[in-house]
Amino acid sequence: MKMLNIHKDTFKHGVHPPEYKEETNHLPIRQFDFAPVLIIPMAQHIGSPSEIVVREGQEVERGQLLAKSTGYVSVPIHAPAAGIIRKIANVPTISGKMSPGIFLEVFPFSGQEVAEGMPLDLETASADEILKGIQDAGIVGLGGAAFPTHVKLKVPDDKNCEVLLINGIECEPYLTTDHRVMLEQTEDVIHGIKYLMKATGAPKAIIGIEANKMDAAEHLERHIPKDLPIEVKVVPVKYPQGAEKMLITSIMGVEVPSGGLPIDVGAVVVNVATAAEIGRLLPHGWGIQERVVTITGPGVKNKGNYLIPMGTPLRYVLDQVGISDNISEVYMGGPMMGMAVSNLDISIVKGTSGILVFNDEDVVSRNEEHPCIKCGACVEACPLSLNPSRMGLMAKFKAYDRMAEEQNLLDCFECGSCSFVCPSYIPLVQYFRLSKSIVRKRKSAKQHA
Amino acid sequence: MLNKTLHISTSPHIVKGNSTQVIMKNVVYALIPAALFSVFTFGLSALLVLGTAVASCLITEYALCKVSGRKVTTSDYSAVITGLLLGMTLPPAFPLWMVACGGFIAIGLGKFVFGGLGYNVFNPALVGRAVLQAAFPVAITTWTDALSADRFTSIPSSVLALPFMEPVYDITSGATPLSAFKFDHHITPSFDLAFGMIGGSLGETSSFLILAGGVYLMVRKMANWKITASILTSVIVLSGALHLFNAELYPSPLFMLFSGGLMLGACFMATDMVGSPLTTKGIIVYGAFIGILVVVIRIWGGLPEGVMYAILLGNALSPQLDQWLKPRVYGTSKKKKS
Repeated sequence: MKMLNIHKDTFKHGVHPPEYKEETNHLPIRQFDFAPVLIIPMAQHIGSPSEIVVREGQEVERGQLLAKSTGYVSVPIHAPAAGIIRKIANVPTISGKMSPGIFLEVFPFSGQEVAEGMPLDLETASADEILKGIQDAGIVGLGGAAFPTHVKLKVPDDKNCEVLLINGIECEPYLTTDHRVMLEQTEDVIHGIKYLMKATGAPKAIIGIEANKMDAAEHLERHIPKDLPIEVKVVPVKYPQGAEKMLITSIMGVEVPSGGLPIDVGAVVVNVATAAEIGRLLPHGWGIQERVVTITGPGVKNKGNYLIPMGTPLRYVLDQVGISDNISEVYMGGPMMGMAVSNLDISIVKGTSGILVFNDEDVVSRNEEHPCIKCGACVEACPLSLNPSRMGLMAKFKAYDRMAEEQNLLDCFECGSCSFVCPSYIPLVQYFRLSKSIVRKRKSAKQHA
Repeated sequence: MLNKTLHISTSPHIVKGNSTQVIMKNVVYALIPAALFSVFTFGLSALLVLGTAVASCLITEYALCKVSGRKVTTSDYSAVITGLLLGMTLPPAFPLWMVACGGFIAIGLGKFVFGGLGYNVFNPALVGRAVLQAAFPVAITTWTDALSADRFTSIPSSVLALPFMEPVYDITSGATPLSAFKFDHHITPSFDLAFGMIGGSLGETSSFLILAGGVYLMVRKMANWKITASILTSVIVLSGALHLFNAELYPSPLFMLFSGGLMLGACFMATDMVGSPLTTKGIIVYGAFIGILVVVIRIWGGLPEGVMYAILLGNALSPQLDQWLKPRVYGTSKKKKS
């Protein structure tokens, strides 16, 4: 077997947070039990929420359509289990907003067979049919962003997709779902890539993997048929390499123009777990019902990677894995970009890549914010070469519009590297999130005026 | 079991470590060997000058915070650093009341009027020292000999001079190595310079210990080695070229490196994060600018030493350097959008 070389090129700057992946990266994916009641919010993806097509009291099969998409940037939702619709009501979500949702009481003695849908044959399906199939399966980016995958795969008429990048970077500390998916769902990944190449018209695909997952890279390399134009590239470990723009620069050596999309440089980027889901669902015409979630952190007793049905309440999940008595914070996603949970009654949704539980002693105490001493650590960390120090100061003086005009604020994708390195514990990325939303609001207000 | 109140915080939920306070504390540690050495070479008077400088800076910081109704920031170690640095730039027999004036000006004018830590344009210690140099030109250029026999048993009378009175000096030595070079064209041996067996300001004498402290900070990534390297390189290159051109007229780069306040300036003052540029390119230019100015002032200027003014001018330049040498933002073209 040929040895995989580590690709030398990389993006500028970035940070090296401790990885904490060794706690779960060797643990095989385990199936999670069905919770007695699944709570399924309609707002699980970016775009317009799905519209409920079932009524209270109705019995549904596993995989049956529960809600349909409400436009182009929207996807349907399928029943994660066979059961009965107990209630339709507003349910909490991670953002704090309420969303219409379905309470599905799972049939305890059902075999939970998945209802067959309309299979989509790789050989005969057209590109547009595959895109439609991906939308109908309810697939969104499983890396965490939950952006509808079919939208991002649609190559504009005046552009060409020259390479399909499969994102197996998983640069967030603690998370190991993509790692396990690459090792255990290898055939699905390869099959999904075939669908994706056909949908985008990409002549070749590159799977980008960080050097801390050599076993996954070698495993894929062994299993990819030699006649397929799919290449595995290993890149050095650096956060935030899993961000689309950074991955493109590391692997292709080009930069996505400011305000542009990957397709502007001829690339489409898809998360590896999303590719696996496409490869698994489309041949059967199934909708997405479950996903792999890393549950870890110092406060978790049975750490691991679990295949969890969508809509499983977080409270049930934590009860099953066991948590310590002095938990302090629970995050959904990784520690760099994930969100703190304010309510344990939210559910596992399509975008949930990880659940982290920190105890009192693990939580960063940021009570004391010191003044910026212009040390330049954030400037050296920002992968986009922005000036977080200066922007932080401008945000304090509410100069939001100038931040956008002079400092490229809107390019910031909130990776958090600046806050991570700041010795004065200034919540820089939080300032930028707020500033961005204020600038966007002002812009849209201007357009409507 | 799950009834605990959860805390909420914004991401990232992990941080790298090294708080501002820890960095500041380590700067103090790094200065201690050189400060102790100055007590060894100059005795009790050095201890009094350093102590007064630190105390006056702390008291000023405390008082100004109280008066302006801000949170008292004396515990962040930055005033201690300013005091130590100020003390180390002063002559051993400097009157204590003048030291206290310097401490007050360093914190008040150097830091507080700009808005406190992080907002000052100039290095506060150097602001204090510059004002002292303008106000007390004689006192600040009156040196005593190093390693005098009675240094631990007696205090020079000038140190204890009453406020606003002309200090009386018991013994004064001729000159520092730099003024000896400037006015008499006498070159002090490099070994004496490096290990501090010479006259001069308190903390400037042992280049070796200062460099050791600086390297400690750089290894712990609490000071930017690029600034120090850029200054020292430009000093070596420029003075080396001049020395090669005419060894009679221009001193060797070694002499330049180890004399005066260059080491202290390059390791602890120019590297002060607040007054230096943020970007790597800016830092290199900033260092080179300071290094060249040091050589120019020392050789052609009217003063024997130029490190202080070189760094103050560098401080003034650094916000502009950040503007001029702004790195290209990812995904934008080199030329600025119209």
